[in-house]
Amino acid sequence: MFYREAGDFRTTYAEDQQTFPIKFDRYRYYVVLFIAIFVIPFIINDYWANSLLLPFLIYAIAALGLNILVGYCGQVSLGTGGFMAVGAYSCYKFMTGVDIWWGGELLFRLPEFNIFFSVIMGGVMTAAVGVLFGLPSLRIKGFYLAVATLAAQFFLVWLFNRVAWFYNYSASGQISAPEREFMGALITGPSTTPWATYLFCLFFTIVSAVIARNMTRGASGRKWMAIRDMDIAAEIIGVNPLKAKLTAFMVSSFFIGISGALFFAVYLGAVEVGEAFGITKSFLVLFMIIIGGLGSIFGSFAGAAFLVLLPVALKVVGVDWFGWPTDIVAHLQLVVVGGLIVIFLIAEPHGIAQLWRVAKEKLRLWPFPH
Amino acid sequence: MKYKLGTLAVAAMMAAAPAMADLVFPSLSYRTGPYAAGGIPFADGYADYFTMLNARDGGIGGVMTSVPECETGYNTEKGVECYESLKGGGGLVYQPLSTGITYQLIPKTTADDIPMHTMGYGRTSAKNGDVFSHTFNYPANYWDGASGAINYLLKENGGDLKGKKIALVYHNSAYGKEPIRTLQELSEKHGFEFKEVPVDHPGQEQKSQWLQIRRDKPDYVIMYGWGVMNQVAVQEAANIRFPMENFIGIWWSGSENDVLAAGDAADGYKALTFHGVGDDFPVFDDIQKYVVDAGKAAGAGDQIGTVLYNRGLYAAMLAAEAVKTAQEIHGVAEINAAQMRDGMEALSITEEKMAALGLPNFGPAFDVSCSNHGGDGLVGVTQWDASTKTWSLISDFSATDVDVVGPLIAEDSAAYAAENKIEPQC
Repeated sequence: MFYREAGDFRTTYAEDQQTFPIKFDRYRYYVVLFIAIFVIPFIINDYWANSLLLPFLIYAIAALGLNILVGYCGQVSLGTGGFMAVGAYSCYKFMTGVDIWWGGELLFRLPEFNIFFSVIMGGVMTAAVGVLFGLPSLRIKGFYLAVATLAAQFFLVWLFNRVAWFYNYSASGQISAPEREFMGALITGPSTTPWATYLFCLFFTIVSAVIARNMTRGASGRKWMAIRDMDIAAEIIGVNPLKAKLTAFMVSSFFIGISGALFFAVYLGAVEVGEAFGITKSFLVLFMIIIGGLGSIFGSFAGAAFLVLLPVALKVVGVDWFGWPTDIVAHLQLVVVGGLIVIFLIAEPHGIAQLWRVAKEKLRLWPFPH
Repeated sequence: MKYKLGTLAVAAMMAAAPAMADLVFPSLSYRTGPYAAGGIPFADGYADYFTMLNARDGGIGGVMTSVPECETGYNTEKGVECYESLKGGGGLVYQPLSTGITYQLIPKTTADDIPMHTMGYGRTSAKNGDVFSHTFNYPANYWDGASGAINYLLKENGGDLKGKKIALVYHNSAYGKEPIRTLQELSEKHGFEFKEVPVDHPGQEQKSQWLQIRRDKPDYVIMYGWGVMNQVAVQEAANIRFPMENFIGIWWSGSENDVLAAGDAADGYKALTFHGVGDDFPVFDDIQKYVVDAGKAAGAGDQIGTVLYNRGLYAAMLAAEAVKTAQEIHGVAEINAAQMRDGMEALSITEEKMAALGLPNFGPAFDVSCSNHGGDGLVGVTQWDASTKTWSLISDFSATDVDVVGPLIAEDSAAYAAENKIEPQC
């Protein structure tokens, strides 16, 4: 009744090709954007920003990136944590001024980049590293590729732990983000305001989502999907697998790098590579896109929301409402999240995004389903 | 998108304000995860001491205390979530019991004007209160630990370590890397050979490291480990027949959990400490009477008197004494976090005070001041007796090398101050 396309006429090709061809979807999208940009910044507080919204936005970017690689191009990757670490450490080096040494002497030092461009550079460096680790994908497939990217994960974490240059020779091997501002508002450091960090991350999330959406429905996305569905057939119809796979690795790593940079600089402020970007992070992001929906932009958001918000919600219910011991709740969390993953995989293997699609389908017919 | 907003709305309703109590001591505990064996006794001791104060004295200065717990799982992201969620409850002092979470919270607590106590962990240079206004790490820090171990070895060797080989087996993380600089300086000063042996998290696999030690034959091994890494290291040391009395752990590598697994082979293993061991102190009678017998013990109640339980209890005692000091300074019973900070900065622990609290000689006597947030750094040594399954103090709390540690702290804190543009507060 409410959600329908009847009477929604399109008269130009541009209208036909827009992202949300159904009017209701389009307005809903505008409302969500309006609330996210013009309402939430005015009501947000520290708890909301740091415990829920920042991790959600940042993980959503990581999930978008991984979804391009796994969901759209079909290349399984377990290196997400390592790629996020590349983003974080590049961002750190660029925001503190990259120093180049040769033979024990300082050759030159780049000026400190603005935090905005540091984050972008985090993405760019990660894209380069991603292409490098994507090269084996031309020869190996499936599980074997997963193992190769697993090697990237361990190698990158080891590298950032081992080479003191990456953490500016600090005694503890931690990197901490110094105070930086963007357009007059503090973005990193302790004295940030929640609305500033939120808007900063929101900007990257929206831009990433728009780019990802448009890439995946354009020529490059179709090539990725062709490779995913059957690479030999794709090659026969003229898709260059080298180009397709490497661009998928590049774009995917770019987003993952951006999310790693934001994760370090804006959200946590200080990270230690083994703890923050370990193998568990790779699995977490992979679970996000599996639960959210492989090959779906909305699925990336839904999966990130699910895995970021659910543990917090369970904690609030268990500890704050029922007063259960914290360790019981923590164990329960693992059981519930694990159980839900299994249930999802059995009941709806295509994830939350598919549930959403089915719901929309039903809504179109409601209240007269045949 | 709708789904997202719906979830957000639900979560919004759930994030209801936590219960308000008068003196709140948030406990960022970890009773789950790979480091739970260390987190549980500490959290139990911390909670039990305040429970006892409530039951015996009616709180501190007539105001009841409460200890809301939040499970971090030793995970920095959860630590941030815990900090933010407990912040609304008016917490007086945070004790994250994790070096990673400490690094995150140092700037945050400073901005929020809430003190943080990182007792024997965290960022060592926080001892310099001039720069780190809201972080305290009394009574001892990691570099004191490194220096304390070397001082002990000096004493053992008649003041001369020339030509000796000392290896450091460390958790390859911010925590484990802390003592390296100090030990390098000390090796130059005393002329011993220093070797680093990193072990990656979580440390269940150490065969290659101990093979290396067997080949290099160091005279002494110092260990900075935590969690399962300790047990494995002690077992591996026993396997290569490394003499246990030449194996010294930092205080985080010196609890019952770490040595029981190796059985008799662990006999003679040593560990540093900054507080007393065992339950032979009068305060434990009160714990028994007011907490255990009343059925109010935290957790399973089976940790009382263990090393890490005592450490939690000691942390709680120091926090409670700081509250008393703050109450005196400001003349109000219901203090806030900013006043708590003043109390911590004016804290003075004397032998008489500890004896009156039922903890005679439990820890070193020390004074905190504006420029010194770390106390005097007195470090003792304990040794494990596998037959009686007890730790005993074999070397009293003695001074560490200020000439080496002092300049390192000044250097590191100056770098932090420059990086973050901090004005000295004293």
